[in-house]
Amino acid sequence: MDLTYTAEEEEFRARLRRWLARALPALPPRPSPDDWPGRRAYDLGWQRMLHDAGYAGLHWPVDAGGRGATPTQHLIFLEETERAGAPYVGANFVGLLHAGPTIAAEGTAAQRARWLPPVLRGEEVWCQGFSEPGAGSDLAALRTRARRDGDDYVVSGSKIWTSHAEVADWCELLVRTDAEAPRHKGISWLAMPMDAPGITVRPLRTLAGSTEFAEVFLDDVRVPVANRVGAENDGWRVTMVTLSFERGTAFVGEVVACRRVLGELARAARENGRWDDAVLRRRLGRLNAEFRALWRLTQWNVSESARTGGVPGVGGSVFKLRYSQARQSLYDAAAEVLGAAALELSAEWTLDRLSSLSYTIAAGTSQIQRNIVAERILGLPKGR
Amino acid sequence: MDFQLTDDQRALRRGMRELLGRRFGRERLRAAADRPRTPEGRETPPALDRGLWRDLGDAGFFALRLPEAAGGVGLGLAEAVLVFEEAGRALLPGPLVATHLAAGEVPGAATGECVVAAADGALVEWMDAADVVRGDVAGAVAMRSADPLTPLHRLPRAVPADPVAALLSAAEQLGSAGRTLDLAVQHARTREQFGQPIGAFQAVKHLCSEMLVRSELARVAVYAAAVTADPLDIAAAGLLADEAAEQGARDCLQVHGGMGFTWESEVHLHLKRAWLRARRGRSAAEAEEALAADAAAAPAGVPD
Repeated sequence: MDLTYTAEEEEFRARLRRWLARALPALPPRPSPDDWPGRRAYDLGWQRMLHDAGYAGLHWPVDAGGRGATPTQHLIFLEETERAGAPYVGANFVGLLHAGPTIAAEGTAAQRARWLPPVLRGEEVWCQGFSEPGAGSDLAALRTRARRDGDDYVVSGSKIWTSHAEVADWCELLVRTDAEAPRHKGISWLAMPMDAPGITVRPLRTLAGSTEFAEVFLDDVRVPVANRVGAENDGWRVTMVTLSFERGTAFVGEVVACRRVLGELARAARENGRWDDAVLRRRLGRLNAEFRALWRLTQWNVSESARTGGVPGVGGSVFKLRYSQARQSLYDAAAEVLGAAALELSAEWTLDRLSSLSYTIAAGTSQIQRNIVAERILGLPKGR
Repeated sequence: MDFQLTDDQRALRRGMRELLGRRFGRERLRAAADRPRTPEGRETPPALDRGLWRDLGDAGFFALRLPEAAGGVGLGLAEAVLVFEEAGRALLPGPLVATHLAAGEVPGAATGECVVAAADGALVEWMDAADVVRGDVAGAVAMRSADPLTPLHRLPRAVPADPVAALLSAAEQLGSAGRTLDLAVQHARTREQFGQPIGAFQAVKHLCSEMLVRSELARVAVYAAAVTADPLDIAAAGLLADEAAEQGARDCLQVHGGMGFTWESEVHLHLKRAWLRARRGRSAAEAEEALAADAAAAPAGVPD
């Protein structure tokens, strides 16, 4: 049980801090949330800066063009960039955290050479075509079909919840290549160029009013067979490799950010008089305990994955369950601090409160997570 | 940074679990709970097992943090929370925290020959059975203790809290939370209704999952507080460990259904002790107030 960082890790942190202090003032102004081309350019620009400074693909293996950093160095990187107010991974998310690592692990040499460097250099954006209207928590129910025609697959179906679809160059796409096989055995993983004919992107408006993701309709879209990563009908396994990649670091920046927001809330309450309410104070105190512990859980999970060579343990689901709840409680407390102003839609905390509602749904609902915890960790029997 | 347990720490925990399994297993726990009544029909007070106490002393339970030069084991708070976690898991009775804290200060405490009780919060546990009682216990009044394994006296006012005592109590809560989770899962796997184990029903699964989430969060909070010894980390650990133990015991009771409501079940013993431990040290309100003040004062960022 050691929470001190090694001299090497502290040196890594100090070097990163020096670079951030120099680099961040050089960033252009942030684009408005509705300006998708602007957001793409901004996020790619940040990725290019990271690349030029040697921080691109920090946690990717060296032979994939990454830096091969330890999970602890990755933790420090995410912590320090959030503290410094650096841009979020944004449009680079799928490329850096899902599609890229999948290609690095399962792609051929030619596929790695084609797709990985542009992700690291901030030249290409990926989106994710996994979920479908009829395949949410039950992803293996996906029905988008791909039929072989010469050197192409011809793909038809629809995908949903696809972030950055409007501005993506590529889509990591799960398709059904064998309708007769058992559900998990007939799926393949394709890299689909987003400029192919037959793709229609329709933005979806969230309850917060913004268009953070889209529906993607596929009508006889031709995707070269050479764009398949992994064997035909082995796409489910290929995808699971990706999902186990993040090594406990998925929410590092967010926990740091939540702790900052909690401090802002407490200080706002002191200024507007709400601090006199002992019930509210106690609520803020308990949130402090929660987020302190969630930070420790992050360090625990990262330490575990460092020991197991990158295989994440049970901590991921445990973390996600508690964090999603804590984040919602944090912004509910923000509404208590704001009072009537909590209904002012242009207030940052109001928008954050609305978007926090997605946390118990996205990437596996809390109900599914509890099933996973019960069956895989506690060994309870599967229900009928 | 490597927050996980070292091999030595794992071995220490395993050793303590084995010792307690041998010396204070389920039969001993039941025997302690099912004491004969006096001819007037009153409960006989629980007796302290002096032999077990000396075995704990031999195993270094009390002298764990004393320097080797002083005859101790020379380990730190991190190791102490691991052995107290095991004590909580086994529901080991006795003034464990008070005697551990007295090691090196009260002769015989380190070896388990001298049993030391102390005022904690507004309570004194095991006051009459102890050889030495520390702290201001003036005006102490004997209670009919809700925890059948812990005799209690009530004090007219709470004494100032000791952060290390609070942390060790939190470690016991953590162990209790782990044990009630195990009991709940064991029962949910084997008890059948409607033709299947009740653990196959999502409503039961989700109760058990939340028990795990609470106890894992409490675990990292307790372990981190043991490493930093920071009073605010200890306050946070106490809140989360109390929650994990109290709610864990209640959920365990719920999973057991009617059986959970019986004296014969082990569950109520965990719940009652969890309630007792939550009354030690400072109140939840005080801990939350301290953490709220910290949130308002702290600059942006996270502890290192």
